[in-house]
Amino acid sequence: MLELRKDIFADERDDNLKEIGQPTARQDILGHVTGTSPFYDDHRFANLLHLKILRSPHAHARIRSIDDSAAARMPGVKRIIRAADVPVNLNTLLSLIQFGKDDEPSLASDVVRYKGEPILGIVATSERVALDALAQVRVSYDPLPAVFDVEEALKQGAVSVNATYPKNTFEYYGKYDHQKLRYGDIAAGFAQADMIVEDRYQMSPIEHAPTETNGSIAVPDTNGRLIVYTSTQALFFSLDTSAKINAMQSNQLHFIGGTVGGGFGGKVDTLTEPLVILAARLTGAPVRYRFGRHEEMQFGSPRGAERIYVKDGVMKDGRIVARQVRSYFDSGAYTRLSSYAVVKCAAHIPGPYTIPNVHADVFCVFTNRTPATAMRGFGVTALDFALECQMDKLATAVGMDPIEFRILNAYRDGDMKAHRREAKNCALIECAQVAAEKANWPLRDEFRRMSSRQGGGVARGGTTDRSRAPAPAIAAPSAPQRVSYERPAAASPPRSAPPPPPPRTTPPPPTPAGSSHGAPRFSSVFGTRRR
Amino acid sequence: MKTPIQFRLNGEDVATFAESGTNLLDVLRESVGDLSVKGGCWQGTCGTCTVLIDGAPRVSCVTLAESCAGRSIETTAGLRRGADLHPLQTAFMENFAAQCGYCTPGMLMAAKALLDRNPSPTREEVVDAIGGNICRCTGYEPIIQAVLTAARGDDRRRA
Amino acid sequence: MTVTVKTFARLTEAAGALSSERGATFLSGGTLVMRAVNEADPSIQTIVRTTDPNYAHIAATSGRVELGAGVTMAAILAERDLAYLHPAARAVGGPAIREAATVGGKLFAHAPYGDFTTALLALDATVMLAGGFGQRELPLEEFLTRREREAALVAAVAFKRPGNGELRFVKVTRMHPKGVAVLSIAALLPGASGRVSGARIAYGAMAPTPVRAKMAERALEGRALDAAGIAPAIAVAADGTAPVDDAIASAWWRREILPVHLRRLLLGESASMRRA
Repeated sequence: MLELRKDIFADERDDNLKEIGQPTARQDILGHVTGTSPFYDDHRFANLLHLKILRSPHAHARIRSIDDSAAARMPGVKRIIRAADVPVNLNTLLSLIQFGKDDEPSLASDVVRYKGEPILGIVATSERVALDALAQVRVSYDPLPAVFDVEEALKQGAVSVNATYPKNTFEYYGKYDHQKLRYGDIAAGFAQADMIVEDRYQMSPIEHAPTETNGSIAVPDTNGRLIVYTSTQALFFSLDTSAKINAMQSNQLHFIGGTVGGGFGGKVDTLTEPLVILAARLTGAPVRYRFGRHEEMQFGSPRGAERIYVKDGVMKDGRIVARQVRSYFDSGAYTRLSSYAVVKCAAHIPGPYTIPNVHADVFCVFTNRTPATAMRGFGVTALDFALECQMDKLATAVGMDPIEFRILNAYRDGDMKAHRREAKNCALIECAQVAAEKANWPLRDEFRRMSSRQGGGVARGGTTDRSRAPAPAIAAPSAPQRVSYERPAAASPPRSAPPPPPPRTTPPPPTPAGSSHGAPRFSSVFGTRRR
Repeated sequence: MKTPIQFRLNGEDVATFAESGTNLLDVLRESVGDLSVKGGCWQGTCGTCTVLIDGAPRVSCVTLAESCAGRSIETTAGLRRGADLHPLQTAFMENFAAQCGYCTPGMLMAAKALLDRNPSPTREEVVDAIGGNICRCTGYEPIIQAVLTAARGDDRRRA
Repeated sequence: MTVTVKTFARLTEAAGALSSERGATFLSGGTLVMRAVNEADPSIQTIVRTTDPNYAHIAATSGRVELGAGVTMAAILAERDLAYLHPAARAVGGPAIREAATVGGKLFAHAPYGDFTTALLALDATVMLAGGFGQRELPLEEFLTRREREAALVAAVAFKRPGNGELRFVKVTRMHPKGVAVLSIAALLPGASGRVSGARIAYGAMAPTPVRAKMAERALEGRALDAAGIAPAIAVAADGTAPVDDAIASAWWRREILPVHLRRLLLGESASMRRA
């Protein structure tokens, strides 16, 4: 049952909660229980054709020759789609927001870089015919040495995986081969520390395995446009990506989706739409491209594996004084969204704790594995696993209760974070206290009395003294209060009107040259500061 | 080579032609037009395509369509009677037993197979009954609660 | 290419078609063959099946038990006289798979599937084959070594009905209630006075087919089923095994946990489904 702890931060709270805490049925649950929610494949068309893809059996190989003549002759085969047919055969997802260079072909032509990479497509009257025809295509390969380990890939002389990034790392801002975070003096921090705890953490790639596999159907419309029914989680993203790869105006495409049979991040990469649109244009017929389950597992992107080294310096009294993180995100053969995962990872270090000396290097590495992508907090969740394992080890090392240890080291309002921003609206301490209470986990009184609103600020590297008395006893507000995103400074009385927004002291950054797709820009990606 | 396929579907006689060797899932979706049955793996391992054949739960993707001649098949499309939902459908809605909705038709049929034979199952029996159905969203607990809720709603049971 | 389906009312006719047609495969429950057809396996050109009621007959009451190859796991679970096989039948798939999976089909499942066959192996079952030549019978153990090359149709399996409580079975999985086997163990333990005589132990997923654990069987001869008595058998539990290495478990892991689960099974501490 949902319990709302309105006693916590009571004086900041807008208590007019109408939806939160009330069960609300999904607007499509009636469709789900009657089997009428329209997933992309729940549309039928006369003369629907089927696209299936020939995929590389090698992790890394040069394609010497492709002979599809026998396949082309088979009854029921309507069209063979080759690399040369793809209008724009090099792309990267985030080119839509000018982040990263085009590096991934829709169909490989000279080199294949991971097992499962698409090489050729066959459009036929049934999936069976398409699969039988694929079995008749003869490809000869020259296998090449491959690299599967992120640290091996970064060594001098390693196999070069990705032609766009020959040194096997993504390039940030045109020149940096990794993300860097520097705060304080890490060497001094370790020198000062009473104990050092370091370890290496390794994740596996994780497959989303949605019950509905990736797929889409492209249907020529009567006015020269194409309607595309798709499983994508990202309709506009997929539309713009498909337009780019097909060298079409985006207003020539009408994407219909929204009912996704499980995404979790695995239906953002737009893996089927570009080629199915091309197939529909080349045949003039509706075409479906649907992943089989084996394709979904092997070729559909996983959450990338991460290897994370953490070295912490801690004092006997429990304060962490130094944290060094070196993290490698295994992007597989192409970028997809891994570049963004690394930014998120760097932004999350060192976790929700105030540590005066922080040093991090985070790499997006290319290997000859299935290209990785988004999944449920990618870039952060694995890092948190590593950091929280470290927190437990540190607590053990200093002989402290692990929850008290976290409360001791938690951010407090006014603390300076390693990213040189002041911590605001912190709540880790309160969450830990409530969790301990629910678990009947005993905490010493002094830790039960600690607060995110106390003890932070100047003494811990912040520039403003934000510490104030603990929250007053709960009184239901007589008039609805607006939620304030800025906690008022010490000693100011509670307000009934919302505080005015702080004045701008710097002009907003100039808008960079517009993208051809007019897509918005992500400030976290570009590092532009928001006021 | 097309072969005739016929069976009873949700109480109605159905006849169609399909390629020899086609599985029941494809015949239901492509030839007969019952899109309430979903396909997840085409290997018989996820349970998404579960239908009832003569009251028994079956994974339609590995069932040879022509072997269903003369049999009585039930799918999610046949659960409701006109405007009235089946107690399982109502229970799934009330217990938040669906998120993406893709496993839901298969879950409903697996649950129906259980309740038709065993109107008062234990929790273990419910868990076993849906043991062949994968859900990637809900964590299963809301589905188990929904089936137990439907089982307890005796006053709303239909024949 | 298209697949042809040929249905025969009599098992013997189906057997004839199976041996005479090229690229012919017999469809029993369908869980294996239909999957291959869905994946456009080119080796399946003709599907042969039968509607012969004899194919799914159960003769379970006398000392010699005969199960038609078409008997499903669900049919076994519905038969009280086969209660000793219920743990093995219940361990197969979920309810829908149990309605389709057959005794005969399970004989051809590749490791780590085919746990029901492990129980049949412990029961020292024989396999009855039907072909153009008529019927012939051979021990299951021998059949398993040559099943890939076998062109005849499996018509039935037969075994001697075990005494009460003599057959024990465990399937070890990572997921519950159903999951692919990390391993399975079936043990037939005759021995009224507490001293085991003529034990038969079979493993699933410890080799490409279910196999007998002959070293463990010998080490158990004349011993009591207590911790000290079974110790020699546990010590050689994994000898001679070549476990499969797959996404479910590594060969190393299977070899490590096998003695643990065998020990629990022999001491009567095992539920029929256990976590790895």
